Amino acid sequence: MIIAERKPFAQIKEMLAPYQRICVLGCGTCVTVCMAGGQKEAEELAALIRIQRKQDRQEATVEAFTIERQCEFEFIDQVLERLKGYDAILSLACGIGVQTLVEHVPALRVMPGLNTKFMGYPVAQGVWVERCLGCGDCVLHLTEGICPITRCAKSLLNGPCGGSAEGKCEVSKELDCAWHLIHDRLASLGRLSLMAEIQPPKDWSSSHHGGPRTIVREDVKLDRGE
Amino acid sequence: MIAGSRLEKVLASGQFAVTAELGPPKSGDITQLKHHAEALRNHVEAFNITDNQTAIVRTSSIACGAALIQMGLEPVIQMTVRDRNRIALQSDLLGAVALGMKNVLCLSGDHQKFGNEPGAKGVFDIDSMQLIKALKDMRDEGKFIGGESLEHPLEKIFIGAVANPFADPFEYRVDRLEKKINAGASFIQTQCIFDLERFKKWMEMVRERGLHKKVYIMGGVTPIKSLGAARYMKNNVSGIIIPDELITRLQGAKDKKEEGLKICIETIQQLKEIEGVAGVHIMAIAWEEIVPEIVERAGLYPRPAV
Repeated sequence: MIIAERKPFAQIKEMLAPYQRICVLGCGTCVTVCMAGGQKEAEELAALIRIQRKQDRQEATVEAFTIERQCEFEFIDQVLERLKGYDAILSLACGIGVQTLVEHVPALRVMPGLNTKFMGYPVAQGVWVERCLGCGDCVLHLTEGICPITRCAKSLLNGPCGGSAEGKCEVSKELDCAWHLIHDRLASLGRLSLMAEIQPPKDWSSSHHGGPRTIVREDVKLDRGE
Repeated sequence: MIAGSRLEKVLASGQFAVTAELGPPKSGDITQLKHHAEALRNHVEAFNITDNQTAIVRTSSIACGAALIQMGLEPVIQMTVRDRNRIALQSDLLGAVALGMKNVLCLSGDHQKFGNEPGAKGVFDIDSMQLIKALKDMRDEGKFIGGESLEHPLEKIFIGAVANPFADPFEYRVDRLEKKINAGASFIQTQCIFDLERFKKWMEMVRERGLHKKVYIMGGVTPIKSLGAARYMKNNVSGIIIPDELITRLQGAKDKKEEGLKICIETIQQLKEIEGVAGVHIMAIAWEEIVPEIVERAGLYPRPAV
């Protein structure tokens, strides 16, 4: 899922300074699960903004509510009229939610309340790690389920560099060397010979390097006249 | 003979080869680098010119290499995949060849976080293995990575790679050497050797597979200037192993510099005795002026005429 983190309050305060009627809009999917932008966080942040405005003697109406997904038009449509009643919407969705809102309803002023961090999962309560860069050309079958593109600090495709020591990456002793993990996993599965194959340069055009990516599936499109 | 560089000729003749490392400056003034090169002229076959080592911005490797060629000296151009994508790497290789460079060493490069531009975007479009293969294909097949042909065949280059017997997983390090040979490496320079036992163990595995007959392996050495430097390397430089005995030996020595030199010279003498070690690469960064003394005291002077 998408993992995000709330922006520093000072930055939020500055973004919202010109506005009086403010909506803190939570999102019910990824950011709810990673405890950054669900209903609870939206309410807490709204309360914080109200206190700050009161302390600073700046008038404001601050409300909080949440929609199921900010990244789909139909969920936005359900609250469209309500949204139009605010001067500013502080979106607690990922960057996709913010942009979907603006694209769908250009009249809205939408500010990001979160910093969208990565695609990952929680390894423990309160700890999230990145596991996919969305490179567009998955290689997990070659590495038995451990992504070197994401987890190796150099995105190497042909084994660990000379900076791998005692299972850790040269970048940080906190960071596992992805290729050490892959090596051990391949060894345990009797597939170590895979490491000897020279993997050719990756085609990064399937990644962000080709510009924003689009998928069109004719089989599920609605405009086929059916 | 592939490229016929002086380095390759000495290695091919079976004589123990010597290279030294020169670090370009953080300025556009390379007077001192040229001065060091001049002082080492008769003591080494060729000079490695580092490529923004430890991710610190410095004069480019190829620019310094061109200066050395004007002086009648031979550079080994280091190329890391950290700062340049495949377009830039291939283009720079063509430029290096056009300027008369024959030896190229392919590396991943230290992560940008270690340098003076920690916010830089690391490129890593291709990895060091793919760079070796790309240079080989340009040289032998006349093809770029993308498959297009070069307009003219490339002047022959002598392709090198690095090996680090002190990195992990240890048992993989010989596999990786073999992979680099298969990708196209003709010579290898290793990470600095302080843990000779581990290096000997690695060489044993190398010989078991006959890899020392497929590639020239040059052992890397670094003279340690002080106890502090040894401790720093032990604790902060990943991929280098400094045994405790070495620290103790330095601690017990009155003249740390002389002791550091002795350790370096003894290491070279031991390397000469190891079957399959074809030469030594001396990395005396910020202590380049000591290289002639090391070469002489290690019994490697004068250098052979080839």
